[in-house]
Amino acid sequence: MNIYVCIKRVPDTEARIKVNGAAIDPAGIKHVISPYDEFAIEAALRLKEAKGAGEVVVVSVGDAASAEQLRTALAMGADRAVLLEGDVTADGLATAKALAAELKAASPDLVLLGMKGVDHDQQQVGPMLAELLGLPCVTVVSELQVENGQVIAHREVEGGVEVVESPLPAVLTITKGKDEPRYPSLKGIMAAKKKPLEQKPAQLGESRLKVTSMSPPPDRPPGRIVGEGVDAVPELVRLLREEAKVL
Amino acid sequence: MAKILAVVEQRDGALRKVSNEVVGAARTIADAVGAEVHAVLLGPPGVAGGAGELGRWGADKVLVVENDALAQYSPDVAAATVAAQAEGDTYAIVFAASAQGRDLAPRVAAKLDVPLAADVTAIDASNGELQVTRPVYSGRAFATLAFTGGPRVLSIRPNVFRPAENAKSGTVETITPALDPSQARVKVREVKAASGDRPDVGEAAIVVSGGRGMKGPESWNLLEELRDALGPQAALGASRAVVDAGWRPHAEQVGQTGKTVSPQLYIAVGISGAMQHLAGMRSARTIVAINKDPDAPIFKVADYGIVGDAHEILPKLTEAIRSM
Repeated sequence: MNIYVCIKRVPDTEARIKVNGAAIDPAGIKHVISPYDEFAIEAALRLKEAKGAGEVVVVSVGDAASAEQLRTALAMGADRAVLLEGDVTADGLATAKALAAELKAASPDLVLLGMKGVDHDQQQVGPMLAELLGLPCVTVVSELQVENGQVIAHREVEGGVEVVESPLPAVLTITKGKDEPRYPSLKGIMAAKKKPLEQKPAQLGESRLKVTSMSPPPDRPPGRIVGEGVDAVPELVRLLREEAKVL
Repeated sequence: MAKILAVVEQRDGALRKVSNEVVGAARTIADAVGAEVHAVLLGPPGVAGGAGELGRWGADKVLVVENDALAQYSPDVAAATVAAQAEGDTYAIVFAASAQGRDLAPRVAAKLDVPLAADVTAIDASNGELQVTRPVYSGRAFATLAFTGGPRVLSIRPNVFRPAENAKSGTVETITPALDPSQARVKVREVKAASGDRPDVGEAAIVVSGGRGMKGPESWNLLEELRDALGPQAALGASRAVVDAGWRPHAEQVGQTGKTVSPQLYIAVGISGAMQHLAGMRSARTIVAINKDPDAPIFKVADYGIVGDAHEILPKLTEAIRSM
């Protein structure tokens, strides 16, 4: 079974985000694999281990520094990596096209992505990639099994879980399930240095969705401590009713 | 005349509340650029009955597909049908950034070969060209985006847009799906309801969220009782710490590695307020914090705070709200 996992380099979730013009200030920001993409890598490695055969290929569209995240994925256990070098913009369709250009020839059995990148949180590249490849797509998958050329996936929807089935090949976007992503072992890190990491220009095309400006979040008006302990409850309820008018 | 498609949603044959918001946002754009609003609705037989109601929020037409197989959302059928309706002069297509809209909008955008701006919290078409604003880095910054050409595809965050009454005819027309539902590749085998009719934390008007200060999962009945007292639009949320500890499911997690929420009222109980949690809830209209530590960062974003033990305060708060 050949599995492609598409991952993205993003700022660490605890990073201090400072706006600078129409982008964020990159100074001092540590980058990581988007946490949901780690769940996708883990799911792919587990499928390969269960089948005892196949290949896990990690692909990323991004700048040259994304090689660092691809190496981490190789250290986790992926077999090889492809870096499609280019500027990722707000236009997720451009990213999806670059991935599709790479994946079309590879014809994988399964394509996994994190359900969102924690930077722009558009949740769009997975389903767009599926459309471009003409493959079925299941989003927000917390659990999956592959059997008889089919994938059975649990997908998180409002107020519950849908159990769906799809023929293979398919594109799945992955959310947190019961399996935590593994940490690269020392042996894995050493092995990753020798694994192939191919770099080539991304076929991104033109970005048709442009960030014209960026701003910090609006300040919230200063709040107040209503009081201490249970005695403050009646006043809180009064304020919620009469001042905030939310009850 | 140009048109704007408003892709609306149903559950159990009834329109979901976010549908009014989608139609209202579409109307705002339509009035600025001079277009009609055509709502598109897929659902089980009978769903057309109440669809004319969308006229009240500004739909000129409501195009309805009724089919037994569409009681549950079918991505393949919905994507093909919405894309087919976008033929002709379509200025924009508006979705909800709900579980369904987040799944559907990118498929439609890719079919039409246009980009998508997802989870939009503000729209501005006042100068005749649509610009949208959306949170990035989980609300730690806001980006304003401009489209090049159309149709401009966007999804709007639930609970943020307040639709104005703007009565239009809301003429209901039945249309055929662009793909026979029996041809859908992805099929739903089973639906396991987690919380009955409760809204998802990402869409609830009121969120009661618990953190490590609750001490353990056995205390969650206190939060459940408060949620129940607050009515059917209230849902439970959780901090990352308690999800990582296995006390609560990830579906409830609020924050950058969970859901970003914008409810009318957010009650944070025993949550200290790590940066990644604050990012996920700071756009709530009113924030209440209950925490033992008066220096907890959560009090910096809260409109109202009570310093004290959640186990004592919660039962009193629930009782006070029940007796209203």
